[in-house]
Amino acid sequence: MSDAVHVLFEPGFFSSATVHSALLVGAVVAVVTAVVGTFTVLRSQAFAGHSLGELGTTGGSAAYLGGINPLWGFVVIAVVSGGIIESLGVRRPRLRDLTTGLVLGGGLGLAALLLYLDTTTSTTTGASVTILFGSLFTVSSNSAAVIVGLSAAALGLVVACYRMLLLASLDTDLAAARGVPVRVVGFAYALSLALAVSLAAATIGAVLSTALLVGPPAAALRVTKRPSTALAVSAGVGVAATWAGILLAYDSYYWPPAHRGWPVSFFIVALVFLLYVVVDVGGSVRRRRRLPVGGH
Amino acid sequence: MFAGYMLNTWAAATMVAVVAGVVGFFIVLRGSAFVAHAVPHGAFGGAAGASLLGVSTLYGLGLFAVGGAVAIGWLGRRGRHDVATALSLVLMLALGALFLSMSSEYSAEVFSLLFGEVLGVARSQLLPIAGLGVAALGVMAVVYRPLLMLSVMPETSEARGLRPRQLETIFMLVVAVATAMTVPVVGAFLMFSLTLGPAAAARSFTSSPGPALSLSVAIALATVWAAVALAYVTNWPVGFYVGTTGLAAYGAGRAWVAWRRRAAA
Repeated sequence: MSDAVHVLFEPGFFSSATVHSALLVGAVVAVVTAVVGTFTVLRSQAFAGHSLGELGTTGGSAAYLGGINPLWGFVVIAVVSGGIIESLGVRRPRLRDLTTGLVLGGGLGLAALLLYLDTTTSTTTGASVTILFGSLFTVSSNSAAVIVGLSAAALGLVVACYRMLLLASLDTDLAAARGVPVRVVGFAYALSLALAVSLAAATIGAVLSTALLVGPPAAALRVTKRPSTALAVSAGVGVAATWAGILLAYDSYYWPPAHRGWPVSFFIVALVFLLYVVVDVGGSVRRRRRLPVGGH
Repeated sequence: MFAGYMLNTWAAATMVAVVAGVVGFFIVLRGSAFVAHAVPHGAFGGAAGASLLGVSTLYGLGLFAVGGAVAIGWLGRRGRHDVATALSLVLMLALGALFLSMSSEYSAEVFSLLFGEVLGVARSQLLPIAGLGVAALGVMAVVYRPLLMLSVMPETSEARGLRPRQLETIFMLVVAVATAMTVPVVGAFLMFSLTLGPAAAARSFTSSPGPALSLSVAIALATVWAAVALAYVTNWPVGFYVGTTGLAAYGAGRAWVAWRRRAAA
């Protein structure tokens, strides 16, 4: 029995404090990003969400340069640029994507410079890699407390305006006609998106944060059309992928070629992607069964 | 700045700018900014893999760019195009993170792949870059009219018997080819800036396709030349200059539009 357990869980998995903190932080962040991300997918704003995460690179590298915890850099830059993108208020999707892309380009240009300065001024070479690709195992206990606090804030914001936000995300015009303050709700959503994305950036990396934001909700929305069920499913999927990723990363310590472990963010992203593909293919198979003749 | 070893870079940068200007024109016209960002950005994963295996990064870039374009097309075949793009992008980047963690040589090389490097172009890469550039421009010349039609008036062009899916796929492959040749110079993170900025700026100066296309190429050339020169002088990454110049070019375009409107009123 214990051998069987050890095949799955390398010895020490359950007693390691690093693992405990990773599991806790990972689960909290996964739930928040999955909940916020459900609205992101409903509003077709995956690019905006991704851009906020990547712009975090600019803040993270600036904070690193100033000797501050990169988490604060992520949060500040995401909140500011989320506010900018929302206040530009471009409704036409083509133009919105273009504006987002151009802002992102300028921000990433700045990030290139800051990261370059990071690598030249500090003796550690890993700054860019940690900021870009993250590692759940290196989240300090200080950051962990902040992450849990900010997660609660983002989640509280979404819960507080849940019904209005849902209506505004599904049909903006209808929501406005029913007297929902669409602009205010939009800003509340942008704030919670910025918080969620920067938390994900601090844990699985600025450029990979999108995986948790978009993957579980998109998979959940393929399975169910009911918003409340979709929220629950996507939170569950996010936590499952994160925990499985942590476990695999822990187990991979003795894997070839380098014997220093595969990155935990890689496992989380790969699992999320795999899951989405399975749900997607499963969905089309079911649809084909339902439409036996000439279905498409 | 114009010493022998820099000539490779100038030549490559010029070819890159021409292709980026042409491809960017269509990206802006079609509003496919996210895909234009995702394909080159994700291709970084391929470059990291190639350097782990010790082969030319061009192969890795090409493989990942084409693979990414195909994956985005396949996953997004039933709507939710942005989700498909986002997930394909993060998977490629995650693979890049994995390859990086396996390789022992970090820093300089990786950094130049991400953010561009003035000396990043080897003499042996010049010929492949030129070949890819000619291929990309050749394909664009062939599909220019139908693609223009499809981008401006999707409904009528379908009625005229054009095949949107095929055209879309061809265009995505051109983006992939442009990626493979551009990333070694400009870096994976900022290549999309070079396609978006100049083309978006050009569109604010003129709306007729021919002049807009030429202007887009001209601004792209100016951007890349300025970026390479500044990067050479200051030693800062090329990507920084490309990103900020791209945004500045677009800002100038918007300012021009605003000024014209004022003058007309």
